[in-house]
Amino acid sequence: MTARTGQAAVRLRVNLIACDGRGLCAEALPELITLDDWGFPIVGDQPVPLRLLAGARETTRLCPKLALRLERA
Amino acid sequence: MRGSADLSCYAAGPDAIRSPGTLPRLLPAGQPAGPVSLAAHLTRYGPLPAGLGRRQRESLMAEVGQAGLTGRGGAGYPTARKLAAVAAGQDPVVVANGTEGEPASAKDKALMARSPQLVLDGAVLAAEIVGAREAVIVVHPAARRVIDDAAAERTRAGFDRVRIRVRTAAERFVAGEASAVVHWIERGIPAPTASPPRVAERGLRGAPTLVQNVETLAHLALIARYGAAWFRSVGTSAEPGSMLVTVRGAVREPAVLEIGVGTPIARALDQAGGASAPLQALLLGGYFGAWVHAGAAMDRPFSSEGLADLGAEPGAGLIAALPAGACGLRETARVVRYLAGESAGQCGPCRFGLDAIAGQAERLADVRGADPGLLKRWLPQVDGRGGCAHPSGAVRLVRSALRTFEAELRQHAMGWCSGTAGVLPVPAGRSR
Repeated sequence: MTARTGQAAVRLRVNLIACDGRGLCAEALPELITLDDWGFPIVGDQPVPLRLLAGARETTRLCPKLALRLERA
Repeated sequence: MRGSADLSCYAAGPDAIRSPGTLPRLLPAGQPAGPVSLAAHLTRYGPLPAGLGRRQRESLMAEVGQAGLTGRGGAGYPTARKLAAVAAGQDPVVVANGTEGEPASAKDKALMARSPQLVLDGAVLAAEIVGAREAVIVVHPAARRVIDDAAAERTRAGFDRVRIRVRTAAERFVAGEASAVVHWIERGIPAPTASPPRVAERGLRGAPTLVQNVETLAHLALIARYGAAWFRSVGTSAEPGSMLVTVRGAVREPAVLEIGVGTPIARALDQAGGASAPLQALLLGGYFGAWVHAGAAMDRPFSSEGLADLGAEPGAGLIAALPAGACGLRETARVVRYLAGESAGQCGPCRFGLDAIAGQAERLADVRGADPGLLKRWLPQVDGRGGCAHPSGAVRLVRSALRTFEAELRQHAMGWCSGTAGVLPVPAGRSR
């Protein structure tokens, strides 16, 4: 987590039991979150790039079901 | 009839079972003859090791590790590691999992019906190893009475050092998943809960909880008596011990058998009376398992190692034989529709995605113009995307069907199907 172009030691994780498929997260952070054919978020396993870290953090706060969070990669 | 001849192996006492390589270990030899009584049980296996102090608890945990015992419920997790994780916590609880929600599998029901005392031995020992005061036995409704009677027999004999509580399991496919078992006991909801936390950290009433399949516990009860080297005298060095398997479908005598892990599949089929028709494929492991070509699998050892390159695993011990006259695509569609209906409905990709996949599988099976592109698109969208393994298991089954039933796929693409369906048991649907 040194260089600005590097990757944070965290990744996004969605709790699909809590998720309702509102889709806000994919609108807010299309770089890292897409939706499947039924409207539920697909988040990759890869660490969040540093340049997107602030946005990722903000997106976790946007989720009305608190189903999205950042965890240690 | 409970003829004494059926229990002749019991009269032989612990020396017979002790001799390396003897099978069966868990089940009484001979025909099913009802549950083995506590007295006959003790005659066959000898007494349970006396109350465990800290030293003995640790050495028994080490023995289980050396034995290489892994979970027999399907996931195959090393038992010693799970015991250690739970033992490290405060005031743990043990749950013996005899839910067996898998409709094609009968091995846990057979074990509980015939050797209930061995299961209870294992639950009690596991509780002592991790330092739990209580063991909850969650049993399929078919086994409830036998387990109740067996527990009462122990109480009358003043036998147990931990409290045994018996609960009837929910009859649902996902009800056997570890967190779903805990959820069911605690709140009457047979659905998985979000992980983390794992139940080993925070399970029943927030306590660290050991959820262990009943067959695994029965093995544990024998390792406690006879040790790791004895346990390893059957099976392979990488996957030691014996395992219960359910052999069904196109065999002459469908049965629950006990085999050494790594026994060739053909030999297991022979023990079930042999194939009753030419076989085209086998479903291995369970409904989360995989179809394989019968010819390719027949001489394979029934072990993770032996089946890995076929994309299959022993799983919960199912070997289901599909005769040449049946249509594997139709069988698969029936099972996937059932699995879609058994989704707990909590996770979107499982709830909507499995339903969509089942719909396409049915169109494919019934030659109603399925779109293979849609299946290809949806399988990865559902794979790995749930709070439990349910969606991934169903995807695995469909993928294996698409690999194995190429000839049918070509036939169906040309608009016809010559096969029958109805080999695998599929309980009537339910509405969520």
